[in-house]
Amino acid sequence: MLDVTAPLLSVKDLQAWYGESHILHGVNFDVREGEVVTLLGRNGAGKTTTMKSIMGIVTQRTGSVRFEGQELIGMMSNQIARAGIALCPEERGIFASLNVEENLLLPPVIRPGGLSLAQIFDLFPNLKERLGSSQGTKLSGGEQQMLAIGRILRTGARLLLLDEPTEGLAPVIIQQIGKTIRSLKEQGFTILLVEQNFRFASTVADRYYVMEHGRIIDQFANAELDANIEKLHDYLGV
Amino acid sequence: MFEIFGIPSQALFGQLLIGLINGSFYALLSLGLAVIFGMLNIINFAHGAQYMMGAFAAFFLLNFVGLNYWIALLVAPIMVGAFGVVIERLLLQRLYKLDHLYGLLLTFGLALIIEGLFRNYFGSSGLPYRVPAALQGGQNLGFMFLPNYRAWVIVASLTVCIVTWFVIERTKLGSYLRAATENPSLVRAFGINVPRMITLTYGFGVALAALAGVMAAPIYSVSPQMGSHLIIVVFAVVVIGGMGSILGAIVTGFGLGVIEGLTKVFFPEASNTVIFIIMAIVLLIRPAGLFGRRA
Repeated sequence: MLDVTAPLLSVKDLQAWYGESHILHGVNFDVREGEVVTLLGRNGAGKTTTMKSIMGIVTQRTGSVRFEGQELIGMMSNQIARAGIALCPEERGIFASLNVEENLLLPPVIRPGGLSLAQIFDLFPNLKERLGSSQGTKLSGGEQQMLAIGRILRTGARLLLLDEPTEGLAPVIIQQIGKTIRSLKEQGFTILLVEQNFRFASTVADRYYVMEHGRIIDQFANAELDANIEKLHDYLGV
Repeated sequence: MFEIFGIPSQALFGQLLIGLINGSFYALLSLGLAVIFGMLNIINFAHGAQYMMGAFAAFFLLNFVGLNYWIALLVAPIMVGAFGVVIERLLLQRLYKLDHLYGLLLTFGLALIIEGLFRNYFGSSGLPYRVPAALQGGQNLGFMFLPNYRAWVIVASLTVCIVTWFVIERTKLGSYLRAATENPSLVRAFGINVPRMITLTYGFGVALAALAGVMAAPIYSVSPQMGSHLIIVVFAVVVIGGMGSILGAIVTGFGLGVIEGLTKVFFPEASNTVIFIIMAIVLLIRPAGLFGRRA
């Protein structure tokens, strides 16, 4: 029986390694159903590694990752995806040998409740126009980012992990991505976002966790952002 | 009887046919190598031995079990492909994160062991395998005589190549394969069981080699070293076509077979080396091969 008050995703004492290097030193945080939670931190703080460890792409990991009450830490990444989590990676991961349509349809539908293609094209009208174009990697950076987000909305995954979706994009595209994230939240998706750009994060996030040296060092709600702005500048070195 | 460039048409078309036959085997074998290299990053040096196993499987099926050529065409690739699956699970999967060289050395060692075992039991003289009854005889085309079995080999090989290309380049399953070739960990994180796909891909590549072996059995005799003779040329074909390129493997396989055949007519002294000369030139001008993606 699923405890309705339990968080959708609960990460406890998560540690991870790349070969000999110990990257995560006990990460703890929760994401509740319907929330947009942002991990902030400098380059190398362990944000992307946290995402990859939840997803099982980083396999050397210990601790606990519970999703819908189910322990994921011992599972392979293909099983974790089938549990209902989908990742939009930092490098976007558009496949050069697939055309735009194949890229969009690549992730298999793992449970009902995902968006239809029509709904995805409502969010990203550009994608529809580009459907016939040849290589996925011939798209502009912004279109590739929309494709990378769009393709994981079909699968029925309830928790989306978005790793720096605004990186390297023009302000007008960043606004569109922000609008998309708010719309996804309204449609009931739960989102864990990694960002360095907290001005962008503040337009979408409910809560923040700040990471440094592979640990969570602080957390606050969006309403407390102004009160914490000095501290944040300090943490992020901006 | 007429002449083209001073060459009797019989000789020209005869060599062209031999070129197409050889090209059929080059294409099937280099296709299997390309599929395997694309997914596993392993240069499958055991490919020639697996081709030979296919021919032997057909021989055993006929002489000990009484199953004819047509059944062997289906059963032998499944048997040898299953052997490939076991090899992948037991050995190859430990090598994916290492340099290409380890896969090459392991499969080269396997090829030597397999060939040695077969030579130990069957000697090095070839065993005969009859052309199936339905394909005996041939057609007189006026300008040349075309044996039915050889026509069948060309058509069958071309069909298998085109179907394989279609599945990989134009279907959903193929899009998983192509994506997993580029970025296996991300494809896996979408919920696709990539390790199982890799195992089956190796099994399929090996089965293609075995299929070529069955088709070769009535043309070349069935012998333990039949694969090692062919595989050196096939590696040259793969290098010319571009490692891992599906279309490149097919086109260069048939193309080089024909070029080799024509060289036998116009300059026979070079016929054994022409493919390697082309390989050297291609490597100088396009190191990634004619159809290779990366330069």
